[in-house]
Amino acid sequence: MTVGLFIPCYVDQFYPNAAIATLELLEKAGVNVVYPVRQTCCGQPMANSGFEHLTKDCNELFVQNFAQFDYIVSPSGSCVLHVKDHLHSDTHEDQAQAIRGKVYELVEFLTDVVKVEKLTARFPHKVGLHQSCHGQRGLGLAQMSELVAPAFSKPEKLLSMVQDLELIPLSRKDECCGFGGTFCVAEEAVSVKMGKDRVADHLQHEAEFITGADMSCLMHMEGILRRQKSKVKVMHIAEILNAQEG
Amino acid sequence: MNSREQILAAVSKNQPALTPMPEVPFFQLEATDLVEKFTQVAVSIGSGVFQVESYEEIQEILSNDFKIHHRIISHVPELAPFADTTPLEDRHRHQLENVDLAIVKGHFGVAENGASWVTEEVMGLRVVPFICQHLAIILPKDSIVPLMHDAYARIGSAEYGYGVFIAGPSKTADIEQSLVLGAHGPRTLTVFLMG
Amino acid sequence: MSVEGHTKDHAALADDFNQDEPRVNWHDETLWFIREKRDRAAFAIPDWEMLRETASQIKFHTLSNLSQYLEQFEANAQANGIIVHWAADAEEHNQIVHSILQKHGVTQMVKSKSMLTEECHLNDYLEQQGIEVIDSDLGERIVQLAKEPPSHIVLPCIHLKKEEIGDIFHQHLGTEAGMSDPQILTETARQHLRETFLTRKAALTGVNFAIAETGEFVVCTNEGNADMGAHLADIHIASMGIEKLIPRRSDLGVFLRLLTRSATGQPITTYSSHFKKPRPGHDVHVVLVDNGRSVQLGREDFRNSLKCIRCGACMNTCPVYRRSGGHSYQSAVAGPIGSILAPNLDMKKHADLPFASTLCGSCSNVCPVKIDIHNQLYKWRQVIVKEGYADPKKTLGMKAMNMVLSSPQTFKLSGKAGRWFMKTVPFLVSNKMNPWYKQREMPQPPKESFGEWYRRNRKSNE
Ligand code: SF4
Repeated sequence: MTVGLFIPCYVDQFYPNAAIATLELLEKAGVNVVYPVRQTCCGQPMANSGFEHLTKDCNELFVQNFAQFDYIVSPSGSCVLHVKDHLHSDTHEDQAQAIRGKVYELVEFLTDVVKVEKLTARFPHKVGLHQSCHGQRGLGLAQMSELVAPAFSKPEKLLSMVQDLELIPLSRKDECCGFGGTFCVAEEAVSVKMGKDRVADHLQHEAEFITGADMSCLMHMEGILRRQKSKVKVMHIAEILNAQEG
Repeated sequence: MNSREQILAAVSKNQPALTPMPEVPFFQLEATDLVEKFTQVAVSIGSGVFQVESYEEIQEILSNDFKIHHRIISHVPELAPFADTTPLEDRHRHQLENVDLAIVKGHFGVAENGASWVTEEVMGLRVVPFICQHLAIILPKDSIVPLMHDAYARIGSAEYGYGVFIAGPSKTADIEQSLVLGAHGPRTLTVFLMG
Repeated sequence: MSVEGHTKDHAALADDFNQDEPRVNWHDETLWFIREKRDRAAFAIPDWEMLRETASQIKFHTLSNLSQYLEQFEANAQANGIIVHWAADAEEHNQIVHSILQKHGVTQMVKSKSMLTEECHLNDYLEQQGIEVIDSDLGERIVQLAKEPPSHIVLPCIHLKKEEIGDIFHQHLGTEAGMSDPQILTETARQHLRETFLTRKAALTGVNFAIAETGEFVVCTNEGNADMGAHLADIHIASMGIEKLIPRRSDLGVFLRLLTRSATGQPITTYSSHFKKPRPGHDVHVVLVDNGRSVQLGREDFRNSLKCIRCGACMNTCPVYRRSGGHSYQSAVAGPIGSILAPNLDMKKHADLPFASTLCGSCSNVCPVKIDIHNQLYKWRQVIVKEGYADPKKTLGMKAMNMVLSSPQTFKLSGKAGRWFMKTVPFLVSNKMNPWYKQREMPQPPKESFGEWYRRNRKSNE
């Protein structure tokens, strides 16, 4: 099985550790991973701003980069959802369609495809899990609080395999953090207020780390935490699942 | 083209291809004791509920709060002379604002939401259950249906000019979500389950 | 983005709203409390999701056969003695209402909650014609006295604090200064409005559901104000959008189970009133209003918005609505549903609304008729940009972004040149000085990007 690793542009530039942890986790699970170096972005920032029609070139590039793999895995629920819902190609629609069916977010790839049952990780800290909306409501990584349906959570399942990790509860377990792509700057006031409220929920429950499957949300909350001079850190779930502390 | 034709033409042009009417699944209430469920829900939405066997018992209970100087009206002949059962006519409707208590006979109750189905023939006048300060509804105890689906099955294609489900006293929470009973209609609702 | 017809857009008004943070917290918590009540009510019904699905399908079926159902409703309502009118737009609706009042020499009317009349600006129109309208729903009366539009379709004055309502009552209804007890304020409104109910010859109500099969219509209230108005007046006018139709009386079993549980967490409204025939000697008029609905019906991507039963659940759950307030939407219907309805009425004026969302999707999950609200928001964004209502600066920025992102070479260079993403994106979409940094720290650039690390550590794969 060969997996094409898709690393979103801002993760590549700002959070290489999340990408490295993703790569290492997949390798440890016995997967052959290739990172196509000519990749850029899934086009979501443009599409969510109403410019989906401009993402054609981006899409073609994505298809060129990833069509050859058995699976495409990315440590970002949001980008994966975008590819799943909106990747098309004028020249290779069959390939685009195939990609839409084989693109996975890291957590769901580990639980559903690799079917990971145990991890060797240790992370002796209190951790709050941020359920990013696109991963959760879009990809179904966990049951949504609005639906009258049985509870489950793929990220929690993985986190429970990490030794000495204490998952803290939240008052609002799946409220949006307000990142929202370009929303975070176009609607700055509401975005920041949402972020502050989300962070406050984690702080109230004494989280030392806020984690999640979407680095973009974490980047937004990190910006707020650091402005508040908080000691609490954000960390992508891949880094925790790959952590070897102590 | 007049507006009617214009709207209908636009709608038929723009409506999607006909999809079938779905089968409404058979929904069931989990609780099996309908009287108990009805009572529990009705009380939770601010109603008082009594199980009684006779009209005398109803009068007895009501006379704790309503005395001779209160204006009590009803369309239920058995309640005279406790209540004034003189038939009302439409022109009387503005003269009811000082009614303290109105007592009406409902057709049936709904367990899941504590509502009672009342139609205009049993009200006397449509405004009666709204304009009175306090309202009492008498339901046959064996008339409680589980869910709203059952309620409409029971109503069927019955003829009425006006009918209403009444669930609790008139209420509002418009001011900071603080619940206040007695918005425009009755300040209390008492349901008597008789039988 | 500046919006034609409004001096400020949603983002700017939301910014104003957020100047008072404790108040934002209060607004957020009040609405979240209602979301929690909705959750408790929904979770008490194990078949909740099946009920939603059924409601959604009934509504879709109705929309697919709407022209027939409208005619069927009209015929049955007329057979019941109801007078039916058709209004192509808001103006015609207002004229019809006015002409009914004029014919009967009525100069004062009492009105219960009707979002349609808000959409049509009926009150303003009638006032200009010299007709006094008193809103009888407590929340609506409060905003009417405050000379504001409602900020929420179910809870019109949810943005006001009780002290402010106390001041309004003190000024208009003569309550003691400083009195803010909801019990006393409600009692005052009750007394004041009883007088109104008893003296008005015409009452207007909204319509929650109209039944094609029987020609009756259903109005749901907790206060009983619709009934007080309608049963005491000589003339009852009921205004409804054409999408309020449902096929059969028994379908109410589905919708009445969902409506109030979704709206406030109550199992049903206090009153669900079924108006079938006028009282002998009196008139009931139904005004069927299109006002853009038939156009929306033709928009494949957006027609599902017409399933809406106006429960307000999408507003209560919306993290943006809770923190920006209903007035920031500048539309009779605010929040997520308003943001997919308003652009249909005036795309230019409401071009900001589909962007006032993070697309989190919570709205679609609480919606009792399963409208895919967040997907429609995404789709409206595409339409608005294509129709040319986006800020030209943003368009340029997006084109530049596309150039960078579709060329690996340029992308790598931009990255090296200093972490392209955060330097560029914030400026593309806002006119403010770096809107990311205002209240957030920038991410710290690491020594090397992942791409660079990969080249050093997994070179063999290239
Ligand atoms: S869109 Fe759905 S949730 Fe929102 S008001 Fe309408 S019915 Fe309720």
